[in-house]
Amino acid sequence: MEIIPDILIYGYGNPGRRDDGLGNAFVEKINSWIRENSIRNISTDSNYQLNIEDVEEIRHYKEVFFVDASCDETIRDFSIAPLNPHHEEQIFSHSVSPGYILYLCEEMYGYRPSSFLVQIRGYQWEFCEGLSSGAEKNLRQTVFALQELLKGKIKK
Amino acid sequence: MGQKITIEPVTRVEGHGKVTIYLDDAGNVSQTRLHIVEFRGFERFVQGRPYWEAPVLVQRLCGICPVSHHLAAAKAMDVIVGAGTGDGLTPVAEKMRRLMHYGQFFQSHSLHFFHLVSPDLLFGIDSDPATRNVIGLAKSEEFKHLAVRGVMMRKFGQEIILATAGKKIHGTGAIPGGVNKNLSPEERDKFLKGADPLNADKMIEWALDTLNLFKEYYKKHKDFIDNFSSFPSNHLSLVRKDGALDIYHGVIRAVDAEGKKIINDVDYQEYYKYINEEVRSWSYMKFPFIVSLGKEKGWYRVGPLARLNTCDFIPTPLAQKEFEIFKAVTGGKPNNMCLHTHWARLIETLHAAEMIKQLLLDKDLQGTDLVRTGKKQYEGVGLIEAPRGTLFHHYRINENDQITMANLIVSTTNNNEPMNRAVNVVAKAKMTGQKQITEGMMNAVEVAIRAYDPCLSCATHAIGQMPLEITLKDSCEKVLDVKRSW
Repeated sequence: MEIIPDILIYGYGNPGRRDDGLGNAFVEKINSWIRENSIRNISTDSNYQLNIEDVEEIRHYKEVFFVDASCDETIRDFSIAPLNPHHEEQIFSHSVSPGYILYLCEEMYGYRPSSFLVQIRGYQWEFCEGLSSGAEKNLRQTVFALQELLKGKIKK
Repeated sequence: MGQKITIEPVTRVEGHGKVTIYLDDAGNVSQTRLHIVEFRGFERFVQGRPYWEAPVLVQRLCGICPVSHHLAAAKAMDVIVGAGTGDGLTPVAEKMRRLMHYGQFFQSHSLHFFHLVSPDLLFGIDSDPATRNVIGLAKSEEFKHLAVRGVMMRKFGQEIILATAGKKIHGTGAIPGGVNKNLSPEERDKFLKGADPLNADKMIEWALDTLNLFKEYYKKHKDFIDNFSSFPSNHLSLVRKDGALDIYHGVIRAVDAEGKKIINDVDYQEYYKYINEEVRSWSYMKFPFIVSLGKEKGWYRVGPLARLNTCDFIPTPLAQKEFEIFKAVTGGKPNNMCLHTHWARLIETLHAAEMIKQLLLDKDLQGTDLVRTGKKQYEGVGLIEAPRGTLFHHYRINENDQITMANLIVSTTNNNEPMNRAVNVVAKAKMTGQKQITEGMMNAVEVAIRAYDPCLSCATHAIGQMPLEITLKDSCEKVLDVKRSW
């Protein structure tokens, strides 16, 4: 029987700015886990930044996890929190927040998936590739935490 | 004492800008400036890097039109690896790059019209800013479908970019001398036969619908569209050698406000003989000008309006028909009306959709001869029409294949003087003698800037937050405060 993915894990950031690529690195790790365990109901995507057309993508899922790097010093290693729709003044069109994507999805399609914001603490943001050792450690912990969280929901 | 009004940030443009309008004692506009407050640095950053990295590196200038930088740099590197320009590439390489570029045009123009401009037109520039945005469109029963269309058209273009550039983030499709992949039959069929609305025919239909929407609006608001921030200017763009609109390759042509050719179809490898840049102390963005006309008279517009003013025809049937209607408005003369830029942009959107279909039907895209090289050169120029206008990339390398010089003149930089003039025209029309500055009036200034679809991050070659020192001085040049961002 065909299983239609109902969970989306969407990592975003700029891998060319060191730890800003944590969201993308997270998706790579999750992809390996999905392949190794033949999980069929989880899709992934990654991009440089969230864009307005992502509204069209998330509307097809029941649950969405947005994964981003964070420089917030109050986050020790990572945080996973429910995400609410947020209407903000849009100064730019090419980079929008996950809350805004949710808000726009609800306004355009009358539906929004249950969503979470996963923030992984990063430390270094210079213009080159590769995660810092602290970010690598936080990444591993976040991957483990999300795998635990999704355990009861995966379909093989 | 005179009054200073500052609009910061300018909204619904790409990047950071600040506008300052100075009123004199009588309430007249005495001076206006569009300041660019980001820091310039990318040209220095690429120095010392191997030349083959340039097409991937420079696209990180900006998240909004990385494809333009990717392709402009690749074209410059084509010259350096001895593949030459234009016809020097294999058919599959040139057509894959064109498909990538038309995909970018389609998504960028669609986003700009539906999400940045249409709220001004549909709700009015004096309307409540709380609803004068894409959320306002989405909430409106009358216009909700436009918000959805904007998203879907953008998605279609982005999918084309993904298929041609290889990945969403920092695409690698174009390499010095060619491309690193062709288009598989499966990828082709997805775009030709995809379920509605994500197929080429539907995109052409929607592009045409959008044009008709604009033309209907124009009929009802002709005075506003014709007169808002209009002023004569020179116009510059690439054109194909036979005078056709061509956004990927051609020769440089510039015309004056009356249509007289002032740069007559010259090879862009020698652009520096015709274009120079002036530095002004109050902006990080330079002011380019046509050398033969000098700094005062040599400024020019680039972008959709300029392209339709310089080209002789559009080589796809539906867009050509619309081009003829557009040209008839000015009796075939150049169009200098600022808000007609949106009309020109929509004609280009239709052209891009037609070109995408035409290219998808071309069997060359499944070819396997991807790269061509020849005798190595030490200097190369790549020129391309980005959605916002002409984009120049110029590089020199040394014996060790390291880049020793990079000069980038991006679309928004080319439009620097026109944008400043647009601000001035609107400010004078809307604010002179007024005692109270309304939000609608301030937005009018932004509407004028927004017509150029500026990307200010790009124009200053910013790479995120740069170390910056800000010094505050009084009128006697006395330093009041110094702050650093690092």
